[in-house]
Amino acid sequence: MTVAPPMSVADAPAQGEGKRLKAFNAVLELRAFIALIVIIVVFGLLSDAYLTWDNLVTMTKHVAINAILAIGMLMVILTGGIDLSVGSIVGLAGIVAGVLLEGLHLGFANTVLYLPVWGVVIVALLVGTGVGAVNGALVTRFNVAPFIATLGTLYMARGVALLISGGETYPNLGGRPELGNTGFDFLGTGKIVGIPVSIWLMVAFGIAAVFLTRKTPFGRWVYALGGNARAAELSGVPVRKVTMRVYMISGLCAAMAGLIIASELTSAAPQAGETFELNAIAAVVIGGASLSGGRGAVRGALIGAFVIGFLADGLVILGVSTFWQIVIKGAVIVLAVILDQSQQKIQRRGAAIAAAAATQPQK
Amino acid sequence: MTARGVTKVFGATHALTGVDFDVQRGRVTALFGENGAGKSTLMKILAGIEQPTTGELELDGEPVTLPSPRAAADRGVVIIHQELSLFPNMSVADNLFMARERVRNGVMVDDRAQRETATALLERLEEPIDPRTDVGELRLGQQQIVEIARALAQDARVLIMDEPTSALSAAEVEVLFRIMRELTADGVAIVYISHHLEEALEIADTIVVLRDGGLVASAEAADVDLGWIVEHMVGRRQDELFPDEHGEQGEVLLRVHDLSVADPRNPGRLSVDGVDLTVRAGEIVGLYGLMGAGRTELLEALAGRLRAVTGEVEIDGALIEGPVAARIARGLTLVPEDRQRDGLVQSMSVGQNLSLAGLRRFIRGPLVSADREREAVASTMRDVTVKASGPDAPITSLSGGNQQKVVLGKALLTQPRVLLLDEPTRGIDVGAKADIFTLMTELAGRGVAVLFATSELEEALHVPDRLLVMAKGKVVRELRRGAASREEIMVASEGGAR
Repeated sequence: MTVAPPMSVADAPAQGEGKRLKAFNAVLELRAFIALIVIIVVFGLLSDAYLTWDNLVTMTKHVAINAILAIGMLMVILTGGIDLSVGSIVGLAGIVAGVLLEGLHLGFANTVLYLPVWGVVIVALLVGTGVGAVNGALVTRFNVAPFIATLGTLYMARGVALLISGGETYPNLGGRPELGNTGFDFLGTGKIVGIPVSIWLMVAFGIAAVFLTRKTPFGRWVYALGGNARAAELSGVPVRKVTMRVYMISGLCAAMAGLIIASELTSAAPQAGETFELNAIAAVVIGGASLSGGRGAVRGALIGAFVIGFLADGLVILGVSTFWQIVIKGAVIVLAVILDQSQQKIQRRGAAIAAAAATQPQK
Repeated sequence: MTARGVTKVFGATHALTGVDFDVQRGRVTALFGENGAGKSTLMKILAGIEQPTTGELELDGEPVTLPSPRAAADRGVVIIHQELSLFPNMSVADNLFMARERVRNGVMVDDRAQRETATALLERLEEPIDPRTDVGELRLGQQQIVEIARALAQDARVLIMDEPTSALSAAEVEVLFRIMRELTADGVAIVYISHHLEEALEIADTIVVLRDGGLVASAEAADVDLGWIVEHMVGRRQDELFPDEHGEQGEVLLRVHDLSVADPRNPGRLSVDGVDLTVRAGEIVGLYGLMGAGRTELLEALAGRLRAVTGEVEIDGALIEGPVAARIARGLTLVPEDRQRDGLVQSMSVGQNLSLAGLRRFIRGPLVSADREREAVASTMRDVTVKASGPDAPITSLSGGNQQKVVLGKALLTQPRVLLLDEPTRGIDVGAKADIFTLMTELAGRGVAVLFATSELEEALHVPDRLLVMAKGKVVRELRRGAASREEIMVASEGGAR
C-alpha cells in the first residue's frame, strides 16, 4: 500500500487555478461592460439618431430609474435574499406624493393639510422605507422566506396604493403657487448643469452604495451574510439588523424611483412600476451578482441597468416590434446567467482534473 | 472556566449527561471521545453556541450565562470550529476582522490597519498569505490557518480548538503547537480536541475522556499512554452487540478501479484518490477512517451522487454509470450518513419514506398502487423491526435508531445487490445498533454485498469480514477480521505521513 503524498503536491495547481479564477471573475464583470459597448456600437451603426447627445441623455434618464431600483435590489441579493415588492413601492410612493400634493383631507379637523414639496418627498421616502421594514420584519422576526414575504408586500403595497387613490390617477402634481407647494416636477424634469436631476440622483445613490458596500463594516456584513450565513452569526455579525437594513434600503430606493416617475409625468398612477422588480433583478444578475448571495458589486448592477435600458431604447428607435423587444430582453438575461454558470462549471472541473493528474503521475 | 452538571438534550437523544468539566489557566486540556461522544456539543456550550438544558457555567469562579457566541467572545471565550466558518467570497483580512472591524473616522473600515495586523498574525503562524486573497482561493490547510489566526486576533482567555489540525501539514502543526505553548505561558487556557490521539497527547497537560455523553476519565497527560485513552474512549461493551461470523462468500460482485473524486467544497483537491476495491457477494466490508479521509465521498461517488474524476465501477462485470436512479435500478443503493438531511423526507410519514426509493415497483399504469405499497411497507417494517405506531406515523415521532431503520428499510425496498452504508450506527442507541448489525449479516447471508463506513473502532474490528482503512483519500491498509489490533488501525488511519 502506498502512502498519501504531501498535500502541497495536490494543492500547487489548485492555487494557480485560484489566480486564474480571479482573473476570470474580472472578465465576468467586464463581460457586462463589453455587452454594453457592443450594444452602443451596433445601434450606433444601425441608427444615426442613437449616438446623439440628446438621445444618450434621454436613455440614461430612463436607465436612472431602474439603476436606483437595482442598487437597492443588489443589497438584498448580496445577503442571499430577494425583494419582489419594489415595483409596488414605486406605485405607492407616487400615490402618497399625489395625495399630499393635492391636499390631505383631515376629516376630524375639517381641514386640508398641504405639505411643502420637501416634506412630501420625505414622507414618500419614509413610506417606502417602511414597506422595506415590513419586509425585513417578516424575514427576520417571523422567519418568512424572502421570496414569499416580499411577494406578500408586493400585493399589499399595490393594494394600498389602489385604495388610497380609489384606482384613479392623480393628474396634476404641479402644486399651487398660492400654497407654496410647487416644484415637485423638478425631480423628474429639472436639470443641473444641463444634466437631468434623475441622473444626478442615480450618481448620488451609486456613490453612496459603493461607499456603503466597500468601506463600511455594514458592507462587510452584507457580503458575509450572503457568503456564509451561519458563520456570520457565529462571528457575531448582527444578522437581523443587517437583514432589516437591506430591505429598508431597497424600499427607500424604490420610493425614490417612484417619486422620479411621478415627477416626470406630474401625475401619479396606482399602477406605476408594475413588473419593475423583474427589471431590477435582471440588472443585478446581468451585472454578475449571484442570486445565492455574497457575490456582486454596485458597479455591476449599474452596468446591468445600462445594458437593459440601452438595449430596450435601441430596439424602440429601430422600430422593432414591442413583442420582439420582450423576447430579446428575456434572452439576454438567460444568456448572461448561462454564460456565468457554464464557465464556472468548466473552471471547477478543470481544477479537479488538474489535481487528479498531479497526484497520479503514473497515469 | 468550569462547567457543572451540564446536560444537553436534542429531541429524544441525550448528547451530554451531567458533565463536570474544568478548563485551567495556562494549561492545555485535551478532550477525547469517539464521534458522538459529546465533545463538540460540550465545546459549543462553553462557547455560547448551544445552551445547556441543565447545569451551569462558571468563569473565574463566578457563574455566567453565555447566550450567544458574541457574548462568549466578549468574555474571552473563543472557539475554532471543526467545520470551517469562513467567508469564501471575502478576503483573508475581512475574514479575520469579521464583526470586529477596525474603524476609521467612525464609519469607514480601516483596510490598511486590518491588512497590517493580518500580515503580522499570519507571519506569526509562518504562513505568508497575502491578506487581500479571497479565502475561497486558499487550500484547505491555509483556510484552517486563517481560522486559527482569527481566534488569535481576538485575544482569547479561553481558547477552544475543535479539530484545528485536520488539514494541516506536520510542519504547520509544529508551528501551531509552538504558538499554543506561547499562549499557555501567557495564562491562556486551551481546550484541544483531535482525532489524532498521539498529536493531542503530545501537546496536552490534562486528559479528559468522554463517552456516550458522560465524562468517564480524566488524568494528567504525563501519567497515561495511548492505550489508556483508547480503552476509556471505547469502553467495555457487551460482546453480543456484534454479530457472529457468517456463512460462505460468493464471487466478486462490486469492483471499483482507480476511482478519484474531487472535494465537493474545494475542487482543487481530491477527496478520493485512485481507490481500488472489491466486495464479494455475501461479504461485509468495513471502511474505517478519520474525518475527512474520504469515506463519504467514496460511497457517494459509487452511488452516483458525486461525479468521479477518474475510475470505473462494475457490478458483476457490468460497468455502472449514470445518475443515482439508474444505479439504484442496477441494484446499487446508498444509505447516507446524515439521515436527517439526506436520508429522510421530514414532512412525510414512515410509510411514505419507506416506499420513496422503491416507488417504481408499486407503479401500475400511471398510478402508485396503494395496495402493493401498503403490503411492501408493512413487510419491510417487520423486517427492519421499526418501532412505530404504524406506517402513517410522522417520521419525526421516531427515535434516532428507528429513523435509521426506516432509512435502511427504504434502501432494502429497492432490492439492492450491493448495499452501501455510511455510518449506519451514528448517534443511535446500543439496542438499535445490534439490530442493524444483525440485519446487515442477514442481508449478507442472502448474497448481498455490503460496504459500510464507520469511525468507531470496535465496529471496525468486530463487524466486517474485511476492513479497509482509508487515510487522505487512499486505501492505506487492508485487514481481515480478527487479524487487526486497535492500535494498528489507528496508526494506519493517521496515514503515517504526518
